[in-house]
Amino acid sequence: MRKYFEKLAQIDRRIIYLILFLTVLLPYLFKISLPMKPLPEVVQAYKEIDQLPPGSVVMISIDYDAASMPEVQPMLYAILRHCFSKNLKVVMLGHWPLGIPLGVTALNEVAKEYHKKYGVDYVFLGFRPGLAAVIINMGKEIRSVFAEDYWGTPLDSLPMMRNVHTYDDIAVIVGLEAGSVGDAWVQYAQARYNAKIILGGTAVVAPDWYPYLQSHQIVGLIGGLRGAADYENLVHHKALAYYGMTPQAAVHILIVIFIILGNLGYIALRRRK
Amino acid sequence: MAQVFWTWVAAFLTLAIFSFLYKDNPFYKFAEHIYVGSSAAFWLVYLWYFDIKPKLIDAWRMNTGLEKYILIIPAILSVFILLRFIRPIAWISRWAIAFTVGMAAGLGITANLQGFLVPQIQATFLPVWVPSHNFWHSLGLSVNNWILVIGTVVTIFYFYFSKEHKGTLGALSRAGIVFIMIAFGASFGYTVMARISLLIGRVYFLIHNWLHIV
Repeated sequence: MRKYFEKLAQIDRRIIYLILFLTVLLPYLFKISLPMKPLPEVVQAYKEIDQLPPGSVVMISIDYDAASMPEVQPMLYAILRHCFSKNLKVVMLGHWPLGIPLGVTALNEVAKEYHKKYGVDYVFLGFRPGLAAVIINMGKEIRSVFAEDYWGTPLDSLPMMRNVHTYDDIAVIVGLEAGSVGDAWVQYAQARYNAKIILGGTAVVAPDWYPYLQSHQIVGLIGGLRGAADYENLVHHKALAYYGMTPQAAVHILIVIFIILGNLGYIALRRRK
Repeated sequence: MAQVFWTWVAAFLTLAIFSFLYKDNPFYKFAEHIYVGSSAAFWLVYLWYFDIKPKLIDAWRMNTGLEKYILIIPAILSVFILLRFIRPIAWISRWAIAFTVGMAAGLGITANLQGFLVPQIQATFLPVWVPSHNFWHSLGLSVNNWILVIGTVVTIFYFYFSKEHKGTLGALSRAGIVFIMIAFGASFGYTVMARISLLIGRVYFLIHNWLHIV
């Protein structure tokens, strides 16, 4: 038995990579899917948007880029589908310049699906540098930061924006994050202006937001691919994240097995020494 | 046609990066250098079009009076920063750094106090017993509150370094370590999920967008 563990401890790491790759690939090829029960914090986020009356304005902030796309982009699609199906209006902006094309693509695609009109049902503000200053000044007047939309149209000439000036005119802010911008939304928009905030983001940053959820500084949390899959499930539009959860679960089981084997191998080798 | 071309480019670069898992090779180096070069070019263009041009050059042209002349201060400070490269007068760059640090500290202190510390302290003022329609439900909620308060207190004790961690303080700080380790474990678990999600995203791209297998 000990010899077996010793051999296992010397296994080529490339074999582990290959097993990992196959564990991700095979569930896709055999179209295996697992049942899932949405997490309470995702249900909370869903309900917060779901209860808004038609015509309410939802602000979505694109604070991620292509490196976090597999986790966060499905959230964006699911939230946009939810908003447009409820006839909510969407104002989108971003604090990560490289994420702007991702926001534009998703917004145009989903708006087309629901026959929504630019300037009437949704607006894209684009990006401005100066994170804290942008968030603080939008609390006083959005136009002080974004006098024009992404394509240079003055905000007042867009019908949807005529009565949207501060966070008071926005029902909920959804921050889609891959870094620390979520903290800035909470610390500036929520703490100073009492804005309602939902945070969605990569699984790396999501654990840091549970204290915000417990203290009611945010009204919902969508964490990682699992959170995105839950949201897709809730809006009855299963897509990338939902089908990605089976490989995810398979790899998690594999990693647990690796950790157990690794520790057994370590103990066996230590005893020999 | 253009989309097919770019999908092939993306697939090639993905495989080139993955090839590093086998061993370092020219394909990996090629993809790595493209990434570094395009990132550097992007940030250079970004700094010009989002910072220097609109906030300094255009603002100088468009504004009048105080709003125009106050721009001299950030312009001078940005020149000071560049003086780091001239050794005899490199010390002047510290003025610009001091300005940035002061501003960031001012913003950070108020934001952390108002948006993090005070609300988080408030959130630990929880009822010892949570009344509910069902005893076991009440007990569950109440135990949650106790864990949260005890966890917060013992973790703070772990970071109290003015006295040796012995006796009661030692026991409390050891309990604090348990809570910290549980938090690290949760973070690690989430990080594994994040990294695997990225792999899932790339594998899906390869088999769906590129090879059209699924």
